[in-house]
Amino acid sequence: MRVLQINFEKLGGEKKATRDGYGDALVELGAKYEKLVVLDADLSGSTKTNKFAKKFPERFFNFGVAEQNLVGQAAGLAMAGFTPFASSFAIFLTGRAWEIVRNTVVYPQLNVKLAATHAGITLGEDGASHQIIEDIALMRVIPGMKVVVPADYWQAYHAVEKVFLENGPVYLRLGRPAIPVVYPPQYEFCFGESELLKTGQDYLFVACGVMVYEALKAALLLEKQKNVSIAVLNMATIKPLDEEGLLEASQKAKAIFTFEEHSTYGGLGGAVSEFFAQKKPMPVYRFGLKDVFGQSGSADELMAYYRLKGEQLAEDIASLL
Amino acid sequence: MPWTLASEEENKLIKSILAKEPSRRSTLDLQLLANRIRRNVIEAVYLAASGHPGGPLGLADIYAVLYFKVLNFDVKNPLSDERDRHLLSNGHVCAVKYASMALAGFFPEEELATFRKLGSRLQGHPSTRYFPELENSSGSLGQGLSQATGLALGLRLRKKSNHVFVGLSDGECQEGMTWEAAMAAAHYQCDQLIAYVDWNNIQIDGYVNQVMDLGALDEKFRAFGWKVQVANGHDIEAIERAFLWARQEKGSPKVILFRTTLGKGVSFMENNPEWHGSPPKKEQRDKALAELYESFHQLWENYKGARHEISDGA
Repeated sequence: MRVLQINFEKLGGEKKATRDGYGDALVELGAKYEKLVVLDADLSGSTKTNKFAKKFPERFFNFGVAEQNLVGQAAGLAMAGFTPFASSFAIFLTGRAWEIVRNTVVYPQLNVKLAATHAGITLGEDGASHQIIEDIALMRVIPGMKVVVPADYWQAYHAVEKVFLENGPVYLRLGRPAIPVVYPPQYEFCFGESELLKTGQDYLFVACGVMVYEALKAALLLEKQKNVSIAVLNMATIKPLDEEGLLEASQKAKAIFTFEEHSTYGGLGGAVSEFFAQKKPMPVYRFGLKDVFGQSGSADELMAYYRLKGEQLAEDIASLL
Repeated sequence: MPWTLASEEENKLIKSILAKEPSRRSTLDLQLLANRIRRNVIEAVYLAASGHPGGPLGLADIYAVLYFKVLNFDVKNPLSDERDRHLLSNGHVCAVKYASMALAGFFPEEELATFRKLGSRLQGHPSTRYFPELENSSGSLGQGLSQATGLALGLRLRKKSNHVFVGLSDGECQEGMTWEAAMAAAHYQCDQLIAYVDWNNIQIDGYVNQVMDLGALDEKFRAFGWKVQVANGHDIEAIERAFLWARQEKGSPKVILFRTTLGKGVSFMENNPEWHGSPPKKEQRDKALAELYESFHQLWENYKGARHEISDGA
């Protein structure tokens, strides 16, 4: 675990999408690493791999609307010595192609990076058919698969190189909409290390993705309203889970709260619960999609509908403290 | 006594064939090796008391040609960058790959006795996690052609000219992903890619044309932009010619559809879907080995005759 100083005054002033952090990083890394190849399945404009495609056309492969083949081809390119980033929407990459991910990529431990965009309900208007809220669970359960969920543009941008350098398969979960920037542009992502963005003693909030910002907001609101002190931990690497960081950040905590734009089953909340159930039993309250599908609407409306906005979280949590 | 129960005399003969330069191996040499592969398959599946004997017997002639004539590899440096890659998509027939690789010297034939047993690198379906020289992991059908295409694209990007061979079954052509890959290989004009299909018209539930008819498989590949040949998968010279053709053709991926007989070489297994995935019992194994020995000795007689002719001529 690292302790990072975040400027709370500026929080939420700027908004950028994590998928743009990914696309911008690929272009930078393409010049630096010849082994980097990028694959897409007819969504390069949306996943932002099109920037890489334009600059390094010989190292970009579009496989059309065929996600199973996309993953299989990435495996082959890894066998040839490349480090492929395969991109599509999270629903297709982890859902439709799951068994190929398991058998052709992770089981042989091939050096394939699955960078999926449009994860979670913040995908918005397209509705539940495209809003995967099961992907963290689906990837996390595969033996040896690593899972990274950046909280904002800059964390995504810096995570891409570390994901590239990490040996073996990694799932990188990215989102569609512009979301509040939490991190400063100059920042170092450390694979597998959680970051304490706010110190506090009584309760520990553990969040990932867009929910890091909302959790921070909820913690600040609750501290104003109640005489409590809350720590907020960004668990950007969900697997391997930073267990030491969890223990350290929860030393005096009376309860843990987890926040994710994902089902409350099997994702970050699941991982944190599994850990505390065995190591340090205490209440773990999981916030996310409570066994329901999403629906059409803007990202913002949906976050509010499912009570995932900072203000709503503060309201709902107040009675639990 | 070696586990295949082969005589010292036979082992000497096999050794002499293996000592030859691949280009100097005759049709008869390859037939003898194919027979040895078949017996190794029967014994491995019998000892494992599980697994798939039928497909491997049907593929033995193709594998003999591949490993002892066609593929470029150096068993002393098996992961050399210069090697041809040989991937297996329908992993359940791996007994034939293991038996061929053992004969080629990747590991001792005796190790075939560990097939499908705890701790063995000869997993029930091929796994590079346990045995990197296998090139790919498979078992779940329909995924190998994508892997092979990606590998061929990668080798081309690295300016390597090695060929990527990949074995498929006809049954797994029912998987949509096979055709996703076929489309991509043609789109990217992967001419380093050579696929071959074990076209025996048998899958677990019965005859392919009754379970889910593939129709004109050759026309299907052709329509996807591939160069296609249909060949007899038990005619050593036809197999050789087909692979030679595939190596030489440029501009698009190639597929050879080998007409094969599941269970080839063991009378009671031939063309019987029941032998797709059941191991032989003791008496069936004895009968199968006896039949194969008989064929071997017949070939051996021909071999002796042929050597006479050569020495007479010289």
